[in-house]
Amino acid sequence: MNALQMVIADGMTITRRNALKIKRTPDQLGAVIILPIVFVLLFAYVFGSMIDIPGMSYQEYMIPGIFVQSVIMGAQITGYTLALDLRKGIFDRFRTLPMSPSAVLIGQTTSDVLMNVTGVVVMTLVGLGIGWRIHSAPHEAVLGFVALLLFAYAFSWVTAAVALALRTPEVFNNVATIVSLPLVFLSNAYVDSARLPGPLKALAEWNPVSTIIQAERELFGNTIPGKSVPGAWPLQHAVAASLLWSVLILVVFVPLATRLYKRSVSR
Amino acid sequence: MPPAIVAEGLVKKYGDVVALDGMDLSVPAGTVFGLLGPNGSGKTTTVRILTTLLKPDAGRATVAGFDVVADAHRLRSRIGASGQYAAVDDHLTGAENLEMVGRLYHLGTRRSKERARELLERFDLTTAADRPVKGYSGGMRRRLDLAGALVAGPPVLFLDEPTTGLDPRARAALWDVIAELVAGGTTLLLTTQYMEEADRLAHRIAVVDHGRVIALGTADELKDQVGGDRIELTMASPADLETARRALAPLAVGDLRTDTTAMRVTVPVTNGAASLTTALTGLAAEHVTVRDAGLRRPTLDDVFLTLTGREATEKIKEHSR
Ligand SMILES: Nc1ncnc2c1ncn2[C@@H]1O[C@H](COP(=O)(O)OP(=O)(O)O)[C@@H](O)[C@H]1O
Ligand SMILES: [Mg+2]
Repeated sequence: MNALQMVIADGMTITRRNALKIKRTPDQLGAVIILPIVFVLLFAYVFGSMIDIPGMSYQEYMIPGIFVQSVIMGAQITGYTLALDLRKGIFDRFRTLPMSPSAVLIGQTTSDVLMNVTGVVVMTLVGLGIGWRIHSAPHEAVLGFVALLLFAYAFSWVTAAVALALRTPEVFNNVATIVSLPLVFLSNAYVDSARLPGPLKALAEWNPVSTIIQAERELFGNTIPGKSVPGAWPLQHAVAASLLWSVLILVVFVPLATRLYKRSVSR
Repeated sequence: MPPAIVAEGLVKKYGDVVALDGMDLSVPAGTVFGLLGPNGSGKTTTVRILTTLLKPDAGRATVAGFDVVADAHRLRSRIGASGQYAAVDDHLTGAENLEMVGRLYHLGTRRSKERARELLERFDLTTAADRPVKGYSGGMRRRLDLAGALVAGPPVLFLDEPTTGLDPRARAALWDVIAELVAGGTTLLLTTQYMEEADRLAHRIAVVDHGRVIALGTADELKDQVGGDRIELTMASPADLETARRALAPLAVGDLRTDTTAMRVTVPVTNGAASLTTALTGLAAEHVTVRDAGLRRPTLDDVFLTLTGREATEKIKEHSR
């Protein structure tokens, strides 16, 4: 068995293990399904009654933001699960086996994509139920979902690296909340970033979360036809920039998380 | 045949803490070697280095002919390891846990399933095979973890405190399993805090303290060094303690210990049962009333006290601070 075959075979074994774990802990899957429903309903009706986006319905404007917020929350399962496993000593078993060292992280992030797919399907259905519509061509819509899941996958690697550096599930949870809330809310998810005051506007426009949300809006056709998007370069070229972000995150965080995994289990 | 495990001058430091300070070991193939030492003496660190989990700061080690650092990956298919804390997956069933390990040894799906069933049967886990491990008892988890170490039928096996935390029945059951296992010719390195366990399972024992070997030999050789059996006599009144000491001194083969609060005298002796009779007769002649009398095998504390002049249990307190 060569190195690549081993990564694939072992990655599949770990993915299968995680899938079994998800099946046996329905509360996790429940969170992935129920949280987005709560988000959609809460934001659509609470924020939707206060915030006015000229030219389009708030539901249309908001759903892509909720998609991205949900996958960011969902990606944290990766980090949390790894921190739990690290505490329980199962990695000691893995490390004494002649398996590929990157397979553990590949298996974990892959099984979390499956969770995110479930979450996205649920949100799409709920979104359609409250009046959100896809106005773009089918191939654009497909690219929209692919870009969303790719971003989720990349973000899983970020949370993996953070969790392996912090090592404890509780600390990870706190840090993840403190970081992800501003990341989501200092963006164009629920408000028009162009209308934010000076420094906040700059932050929101360069926030990668804004870029991916803008890309989703364009790919699903949730924009006002003919109206150009104000803002920084990444918002002007949102689709390309969001794919670039995802690739860049993977290039940095895959090797980083792998190194942290090797280090964190060899104490 | 070359030794299955060789360690030369292993050193490992954690900041200021010297976990290993020149650990030397040599374990002939097909034998059971016991690493006996108190909490914090470096047993786990040694096992973690020998099973490729940790790199030593200095020194070198080979297992089954492979260097533990340079040949780590190839070595991993030759060893089985069961750590101090059972490394099993709570949400998976016993069978799924073992199948996963088989797949990660690259045995293939069919062979992994077969092997899992074989091992579950051998470790008396067949009825629990398809239940999630979450509901297993401590003893069942340890057996499953041990089974995990055996999936690939490795020639060299490492067990780190396999029975710590088990009740006496589960411990005896695990001892039987281990004894059966090594009868098949596997080389085993086992760590323990219990002299009795090392005595029962190991051909040779290394006593470790502060990250190095301070005594080496068979169980009998070590016990002879500490004076073999002990008799313990509890007096009825503190006033008799000094008289008892004087009367018992001729029987002692090492230092006689007196515990004033418990009103107890402990005497290391060579011939246990005969010495106990002599002691009781002697004390009766001195009109000393004995409330309790007993014969005891040497404990790790005794070995330790003799070798270092310190109590092993004192060290445990020292480390938990
Ligand atoms: N990860 C670690 N960080 C810091 N100190 C450690 C670590 N692991 C072990 N030690 C220290 O190294 C010494 C030896 O530990 P260990 O090998 O676990 O002993 P044992 O297994 O015999 O109880 C102890 O003093 C312990 O506190
Ligand atoms: Mg230990």
